[in-house]
Amino acid sequence: MLTLTINGVAHEVDADPDMPLLWAIRDLAGLTGTKYGCGAALCGACTVHVDGEPVRSCVMPVSAAVGSAITTIEGVDGPAARAVRAAWEKLDVVQCGYCQPGQVMAAVALLQATPRPTEADIDSAMTNICRCATYQRIRAAVHEAARLMET
Amino acid sequence: MLATLPRTPLRPSRRGFLKSGALAAVGLTLGIHVPTGRLTSALAAEALPGPFHGYLTIGLDGTVTVRAAHMDMGQGIYTGTATLVAEELDADWAQMRVEGGWGNPKLFGNLAWGGEIQGTGGSTGTASSFLRYRQAGAAARAMLIEAAARTWGVPTDGITVESGVVRHPHGKQASFAELAPKAALMPVPAEVRLKDPSQWRYIGNPDLRRLDSVAKTSGTQAFTIDVRLPGMLTAVVAHPPRFGATVAGFDATAAHAVKGVVDVVQIPTGVAVVAETTWAALKGREALAVTWDEHAAETRGTAELTELYRSLLDADGAAVARAEGDAAAAIAGAAKVVTADYEFPYLAHAALEPLDAVARRHLGKIEVWGGHQMPDLYQYLAAQTAGVEPKDVVLHVMMTGGGFGRRAVTDGDVIVEAVATARAIGWKAPVKLLWTREDDMKGGRYRPMYLHRLEAGLDAEGRIVGWRHRIVGQSILRGTPFEGFLVQNGVDATSVEGASNLPYAIPDLVVDLHSPDVGVPVLWWRAVGSTHTAYATEAFIDELAEAAGQDPLAFRLAMLEGHPRHRAVLELAAERAGWGTPPPEGRARGIAVAESFGSYVAQVAEVSVEGGTVRVHRVVCAVDCGVAVNPDVIKAQMEGGIGFGLGAILKGQITLDAGRVEQGNFDGYPVLTIDEMPAVEVHIVASMEPPTGVGEPGVPPIGPAVANAVAAATGKRIRVLPFSRNDLASA
Repeated sequence: MLTLTINGVAHEVDADPDMPLLWAIRDLAGLTGTKYGCGAALCGACTVHVDGEPVRSCVMPVSAAVGSAITTIEGVDGPAARAVRAAWEKLDVVQCGYCQPGQVMAAVALLQATPRPTEADIDSAMTNICRCATYQRIRAAVHEAARLMET
Repeated sequence: MLATLPRTPLRPSRRGFLKSGALAAVGLTLGIHVPTGRLTSALAAEALPGPFHGYLTIGLDGTVTVRAAHMDMGQGIYTGTATLVAEELDADWAQMRVEGGWGNPKLFGNLAWGGEIQGTGGSTGTASSFLRYRQAGAAARAMLIEAAARTWGVPTDGITVESGVVRHPHGKQASFAELAPKAALMPVPAEVRLKDPSQWRYIGNPDLRRLDSVAKTSGTQAFTIDVRLPGMLTAVVAHPPRFGATVAGFDATAAHAVKGVVDVVQIPTGVAVVAETTWAALKGREALAVTWDEHAAETRGTAELTELYRSLLDADGAAVARAEGDAAAAIAGAAKVVTADYEFPYLAHAALEPLDAVARRHLGKIEVWGGHQMPDLYQYLAAQTAGVEPKDVVLHVMMTGGGFGRRAVTDGDVIVEAVATARAIGWKAPVKLLWTREDDMKGGRYRPMYLHRLEAGLDAEGRIVGWRHRIVGQSILRGTPFEGFLVQNGVDATSVEGASNLPYAIPDLVVDLHSPDVGVPVLWWRAVGSTHTAYATEAFIDELAEAAGQDPLAFRLAMLEGHPRHRAVLELAAERAGWGTPPPEGRARGIAVAESFGSYVAQVAEVSVEGGTVRVHRVVCAVDCGVAVNPDVIKAQMEGGIGFGLGAILKGQITLDAGRVEQGNFDGYPVLTIDEMPAVEVHIVASMEPPTGVGEPGVPPIGPAVANAVAAATGKRIRVLPFSRNDLASA
């Protein structure tokens, strides 16, 4: 058994050490907001925060996350998270919505590190794939969230 | 606007339906009494023989739950359907809820397809819903007013409804929740008067927000992959490495040795590994040894298919989709002749939610959760696979993480696999069946590969006098239940749409095609035929404009006298894009127009080409989709269609080597990313024409608009897709 601390709660999980964190979060901890999209760290749908850093959980072995603070879309909070959600809703960013938990997690991490991101900051931090191509609104919503955080 | 309520044909139901169970105790439910096809309330239907299904329920908690005829894969039809009901009901937007309806083609049948079968596709959702959901909302409103009048002892005249509150001028007021139980007892009006469009408050409102934004940004929106049931197991399937191969035998010893693997079972499409977790299923599949019978498999690669298709560009016996006059003679007599061949690759849909379905046997029913794009068909297929009657199948229509056509399969692939696997393990547990990204990308159902040849003659004044268009590629519809409707005289309508209805006034014209049989499974892909026909025709028109020495916009407009909606979107996009003024330094513009699924879209792309890399900076899009029900959703669909189409034309291709697909994930099959997304401006043509769709029509013009801009920038015409196959550095 391994102990994972997810959103501040300890979860005892019966996982092989090489099981990707994604499947431990979804199948064992039962938190399904974090999505599977590619299994190869290419799309970002599985983005969570590990000790505050954005991580693609589909390629991180669960054993590597033991002892760390894991934050998922269900638990992410704080000024950046609130601003991101408010901006996403104001601009109706979502279409199918499947990638959006990962997009939100990537945006929160970006704004926590860089409260006033430039276009280039957004290009380099927001690399998650959106097949609905909501990118224009994602970009606008990141800027909007940055403004909301200042007010 | 006085409308008669729907009179669906009096035809006995082919199967029984469950009663909705929605009676006065849970509020007012309006729907269709199946045998008569009449709009009625659930309570009134209790007294009638035969089943009843509900369109909308006003609950005792004040929520208005709409059962949508069309599933939502991101295109926003749930929001759209709720808009139509809320408008006529005068509900408050915050009280609206939507669920996926199913199980009754009389209620949910796609009216744009004749109403006999439920299905989402062809950008028909709004057209199919526009009248009936407003009528249902209006009828429910009338019943609420009647209930209020009787409660208060006043005439109905003077009672108003606004934002979910029913009011009488003398000060009485009541909520929907309070009135719903009594309203359920009221007679259903035989006729309802729909609002005059000048009174619309939700339809056409650009500030109306999507109903699913909050759930989708908080991680609480459940997709099929998120379904969790007690004791549920997860299955992945080992599919053959080549299309058409079958299982010859398998050794599951090593797979069973993987911790968490519960069962390894053969199903019609492969071998399913069933496990306690997704990871265990994947590891078990890795350990599984399958031998394949490949005697019937497709073993040709892209090179062989391209060679075959090239030979068919010249071959006799093409099926004729459209012929007017004598194109050959007109071209022979032309002052100038231009020809061009275009190559389009196979394309994967690559929706981000992988293909998935959940099946179980529970309380004597077979339940199937999925992105059910053709529910009646899947109910039947699930029943057949489970060995039960369709009435014993219960579907759960899930919000779906992208589709782009991939979920509209007539054999129900992943749904059938889930049911087959659950049956094969003796129904001992619910089964979630999941395709990985690689399973999806290597699993077929691609936008077909096509070759086009265009040849046109210009007269001395630069007018097109003759046009020949040959298309070569697989038929999507051959072998499907739609073949009888949509394949006529050997012409698959989905292969030639966008080409056979070329709007330009050309006196002598022929469009024909060869549809070779290839063992690669193909399917509709967002905008279907127009994904290649719009590119070929609009890029070629641009070449002809150049050959004629004319401005590409003026050249098109001169041939569109009889097509005012094409003209209007072209002129609007051109004006907003500054067509005719110099583009910013280092950039060039290209324009294209396409009608698809009854919507008209023109786009102007502004590009630069640096070091061989095409960068699309800006796209100005004009769309005419009739009445704009949800303007912001329309804009979103144009933005998304442009991004989806752009990724494909820049870099999308599925290739085969000796029958094996060479791409497996987003590294081999790159899609558009945020740094490549242009600034998109969308302008909606004000219209009172009946509404048409927007899920697909944003896609077709972007490829040719960008190609034409690249030609303007570099002089190079891109005729082989994707763009990444062309060397633009030396241009």
